[in-house]
Amino acid sequence: MIHDLSSFLKAAPAEEPDSTITKPTPGQLSRRGLLAGAGALVLALSLKPQGVSAAEKGFGADGMPHGWRDDPTLFVAIAPDGTVTVTCTRSEMGQGVRTSVAFVVADELDADWAKVKVAQAHGDEERFGNQDTDGSRSLRHFFMPLRRAGAAARTMLIEAAAAQWRVPASEVTAENHALVHTKSGRRIGFGEVAQAAASIPVPDRSKVTLKDPSAFRYIGKGRVGLIDNVGITTGTAQYGLDTRVEGMLYAVVARPPVFGGKVKSFDEAAALKVPGVVKVVTIDPPAPPYEFMPTGGVAVIARNTWAAIKGREALNATFDDGPNASYDSDAYRATLEQAVRKPGKVVRQEGDVDAAMKKAVKRLEAEYYIPHLVQAPMEPPAATVRIGKDGKIEAWGCVQSPQAARDRIAKRLGIDPKNVTVNVTLLGGGFGRKSKPDYFVEAALCSKAVDGAPVKMTWTREDDLHNGYYHTVSVERLEAGLDDKGMPIAWLHRSAAPTIGSTFVAGANEQIPIELGMGLVNVPFNIPNMRMENPPADAHVRIGWFRSVSNIPRAFAVQSFLDELAHMAGRDPKDYLLDVIGPARILDPVKLGDAWNYGEDPSRYPFDTGRLRGVIEAVAKGAGWGRKVEKGRGLGIAAHYSFVTYTAAVAEVEVGPKGEVTVQRVDIAIDSGQQVNPERVRSQLEGAVVMGMGLALTAQITFKNGRAVQDNYDTYELTRINDAPKIINVHLVQGGGWDKPLGGVGEPGVPPVAPAIANAIFAATGRRIRQLPMRDKLSA
Amino acid sequence: MIKLNVNGEERRFDGDPEMPLLWYLRDELGLTGTKFGCGVAACGACTIHVGGAAMRACQTPVSAADGQPVVTIEGLSPDGNHPVQAAWRELNVAQCGYCQTGQIMQAAALLKDTPKPTDADIDAQMSGNLCRCGTYPRIRAAIKQAAGLTPKAGQGDRL
Repeated sequence: MIHDLSSFLKAAPAEEPDSTITKPTPGQLSRRGLLAGAGALVLALSLKPQGVSAAEKGFGADGMPHGWRDDPTLFVAIAPDGTVTVTCTRSEMGQGVRTSVAFVVADELDADWAKVKVAQAHGDEERFGNQDTDGSRSLRHFFMPLRRAGAAARTMLIEAAAAQWRVPASEVTAENHALVHTKSGRRIGFGEVAQAAASIPVPDRSKVTLKDPSAFRYIGKGRVGLIDNVGITTGTAQYGLDTRVEGMLYAVVARPPVFGGKVKSFDEAAALKVPGVVKVVTIDPPAPPYEFMPTGGVAVIARNTWAAIKGREALNATFDDGPNASYDSDAYRATLEQAVRKPGKVVRQEGDVDAAMKKAVKRLEAEYYIPHLVQAPMEPPAATVRIGKDGKIEAWGCVQSPQAARDRIAKRLGIDPKNVTVNVTLLGGGFGRKSKPDYFVEAALCSKAVDGAPVKMTWTREDDLHNGYYHTVSVERLEAGLDDKGMPIAWLHRSAAPTIGSTFVAGANEQIPIELGMGLVNVPFNIPNMRMENPPADAHVRIGWFRSVSNIPRAFAVQSFLDELAHMAGRDPKDYLLDVIGPARILDPVKLGDAWNYGEDPSRYPFDTGRLRGVIEAVAKGAGWGRKVEKGRGLGIAAHYSFVTYTAAVAEVEVGPKGEVTVQRVDIAIDSGQQVNPERVRSQLEGAVVMGMGLALTAQITFKNGRAVQDNYDTYELTRINDAPKIINVHLVQGGGWDKPLGGVGEPGVPPVAPAIANAIFAATGRRIRQLPMRDKLSA
Repeated sequence: MIKLNVNGEERRFDGDPEMPLLWYLRDELGLTGTKFGCGVAACGACTIHVGGAAMRACQTPVSAADGQPVVTIEGLSPDGNHPVQAAWRELNVAQCGYCQTGQIMQAAALLKDTPKPTDADIDAQMSGNLCRCGTYPRIRAAIKQAAGLTPKAGQGDRL
């Protein structure tokens, strides 16, 4: 998600274009070999630079490191038997991107889906454009380039067929994996002209004709099964942890339990006595900031994972805890509360809040607490690295940003990134954790210690919870003054939370634009006097991004507070929410104090309050807002804008006599513009409801003595099937047409869920819970 | 020497008898369809069938499977078309897919014992299987479809 962090991160050095698309690699990754293997023909290469370089100011994909590509030679290969292989440059972690990318290209190509395969690109942004798969950006940034790539390949096939038949290309059409000359009734399959097409120059993108959307066969239809379905359901799908390379060893690391800690002692001999353990290696921590480098520790390398785990136990490693030894999340909550009760750095100001507060008929102030979380994807971080005798490094693993893994391995080993190949497996979930490739660097250091033998680095679940890049902890303080009609005339929001910036700049304690722009400054409310402030907050753990990031605390606080104001004003919460947003209008994000705007051009992606109103109306209608519910139940509503997409949710919650919370039903509406794969949009939103419910009710990471208290899924409680809502209704709001920019999908479903549940709990019980997670606050 | 039968093949193991079946299957036999998620039987990603019953491979030592038939996802059906697997594909249940082999093995065991499960049966038998992507509504629907309780639906039709 963090594209502005490019200013913190060095871009990879330029790489010479290389006409070798791929080479066979071990195990599952040989699917890359599809491009060059089995007699497949790769279309002619053209390596003209595309997109704007990261050094120039650009929006959208232009503003991302290494930009975008639409060269068909990068994305499309056609074998003599007609098999079309689409290269996916984005990481698959459950959002369905391998399926969606493949069918976008296939649709423009007029390919038959049954003959389409997908290959996964290795990490090489000089070649493929940006590959950092987060920020809900894949289709938002690559939909049009992929369409152009597919259309350009279609154009080349048509020209090849036309040349073979000696007819004008304008008389030849592509139809379901074949080229057709209607006049003469001739027809030829894609595979039969692929070789000829490969020698045709790639057409200029301005001369490529895109399909009319009315002719789409896959795009926007949602009728395509997941391209990885068979592998997933039969156990042959390959995730990072499933990598197997000949001669591979297995490693785990004993890491400092406190951020900034260092190894003090360990019993190497005891570890080596464990059968199967072959080596013990010390990994030094970096000088701060830690960025994506390992935290340090002691690695145990063994002949299987179990021996490595037993060896790590035998190490009995001890640590100097360092400067964060006393970090205690309860005490830190009080620190944040003190911080928001004093003025902080003003990050947006409209009118005169202090004067308006004095004029207000009613006033309300409230503080909301949102604890640390950890992503905890079902597959923990995992990477395998092998160092060849020639110094070339090959890595495999589950990673959202393979170029980042490549760069960090190269940096830590002091070599040229050109000599590092990072192969991307399927990701068993990511949620932001796998954007940070510290585990690849650990695997590389271990491989180096065993003369380059392949080493698989496994993180146990305890490692994942104890050594994470945690979602920040925050206190959000809101104050409002209402006029005699109950409408807010003054709004003050102070947000204190350690910043992601602290992971990249040691000591950073002010929120960075991406955090401010996640619902602190950029609220679209029709309130004349507003001030947003950011008091400082120091980080005592590694802060990273978690699906939807700062939108989680902002949506919880702001949407809870609006519900509180509605009840104070004696109004229906949905009507009140709409009135505070005000009439449909187009707002300039920059004027809302958000120069970032998710990296998008504010003129192409303005804040459209009509669309926010639209999802509120849609979810209210879908959920039957205003209907009578059973005793002990309540309905709550919340809406939020994130990743240039609009979402709103209605939760129906039951609270039992002992405070037992049951989420009976959630309706959620999304307007992300036209939806390329509506079936996957639905699944992403279903999942976002479940994840949002988990952080609303049960999930948190707390710290004592600098250490994360929760060890595993027994104490880091996530929503299970028996607690998940029996009914989740996703309402897709599509509009604007295919020529309009797309919004994000992966993350925006999460933020409105927790406040909708909190507001429903209030409706059911009259109890206002101002902190997450809420479950134990009700039973107390 | 421990003797096992894994997916119909006889195996012998003379390593640490306390090694969890999970690591034996994955590291020694290369059957990586059985997933590691927690190591403490709290997530169900490693669910396999031992002696016909669903077990967590991460908490089952190899020695406990001595002489018992072990079935992993790779051996659930010869062609990958167990009704549960088919329903999983028809409803596009998976998101990342990592937990789904464990979910499928648990669901297959559920349907073997309870061919027509109620929602309460599904809650009771499937609550040990965590899915961080939140695919539960589709898991529930797919179990019902595999059980023949709901008409067969095409991809994404129902959900």
